[in-house]
Amino acid sequence: MHALYDRLKALFPLGELTEQRANLAFATLPVEYLRPALLHLRDQEGYTHLVLLTAVDWLEDGQENCQFQLTYLLNNRAENLDIGLRVMLPREGTTMASIHDLWPTAATYQRELREMFGIDFPDSPGVYEEFILEGWNDIPPYRRDFDTLKYANDSYAQRAGRETRDPETHMKEQLYPGKS
Amino acid sequence: MKPELLKRMVKGPDGVEFEVEPMRDYYCDAPPTVQHGAYIKIVEDFFNWARAESLWILGFGTGCGAIEMRPLMTPRFDAYRYGIQWRPTPRQANLLVISGYLSTKTLKRAIRAYEQMQSPKYVVGLGSCTINGGMYWDSYNTIKCLDQYMPVDLYITGCMPRPEALLAGFEDLKKLIRAGKAEGANQYAERFDWYKANQKQVIHDWDMPDYNW
Repeated sequence: MHALYDRLKALFPLGELTEQRANLAFATLPVEYLRPALLHLRDQEGYTHLVLLTAVDWLEDGQENCQFQLTYLLNNRAENLDIGLRVMLPREGTTMASIHDLWPTAATYQRELREMFGIDFPDSPGVYEEFILEGWNDIPPYRRDFDTLKYANDSYAQRAGRETRDPETHMKEQLYPGKS
Repeated sequence: MKPELLKRMVKGPDGVEFEVEPMRDYYCDAPPTVQHGAYIKIVEDFFNWARAESLWILGFGTGCGAIEMRPLMTPRFDAYRYGIQWRPTPRQANLLVISGYLSTKTLKRAIRAYEQMQSPKYVVGLGSCTINGGMYWDSYNTIKCLDQYMPVDLYITGCMPRPEALLAGFEDLKKLIRAGKAEGANQYAERFDWYKANQKQVIHDWDMPDYNW
């Protein structure tokens, strides 16, 4: 992975390399270099397969500079190597250039990201169609500031009498009563 | 509303243009009615015996519980020896097994499937998710209490209930039907407005008639 990183580093302003495994590593780069880097990896380095495109919501990083992180994970089938390129995007009014012309499957990921995180990919085909949710009327549910529990309690009727027990102590009481 | 559901002019293969209004033309807009029992108890008991012995399940798996229905309908557990079998369409089924969690998106399809089944029809809720939400109790997209949206005749507890539990549950359902206590379809007709209000509260893009049959 280091040889590849050095070759890429000569072309693009990459951040430092995070190695998860011997054949899996991640690097961050500025948004404007993402597309050339992906093209280079696909056409020159043999990373022909887009494994996934996903987002992370870094809500904790403070109100003014909190960000979305997009990860483009690519796979080199011949050499069994994976590299993930990460870009950071502002969290409000997020738009991103589509890569569906590089990998058609990206359109599906982008449609999902638009629905679940509210990240817009204006040129992506069918990106404004409903993907998983139907008739969603709140902020996108995978955003970290979306309160899932509150939404569930407000929206869906609940049967009374549901209680939660700690499995370990409960089973001790059940199996060995009076010996706790 | 989706464009294919809007009123529009359609040109047929013979060149004749005609108007199509899917929401009115494809469905009956009459609400369901209560089916009264036979005029004499012994006849009604005979009907109930016959109903109990012919359970036809709609092969519609809503959640992970559907995985337990595969060994049940195949030689390993073989539910067919109890006179229970699966059908591919709601028109041929009288038992809807809600097999696990129901997302609101699936709930819409389940309601349509249920309403298209012919009375007398029964609903079995399978697993914790249908009873109190189970492990999806805090999900943004999953209902937590099935009987708010559909009349449930029987719940089978467990996460997941094994095929043996399902078989025992179906035997219990037979007893309920024979005793004349499985009146879900009539309950649905009686409290139709209440069920519809509950359904519309969670299904925000309601793009179907109020009763689909």
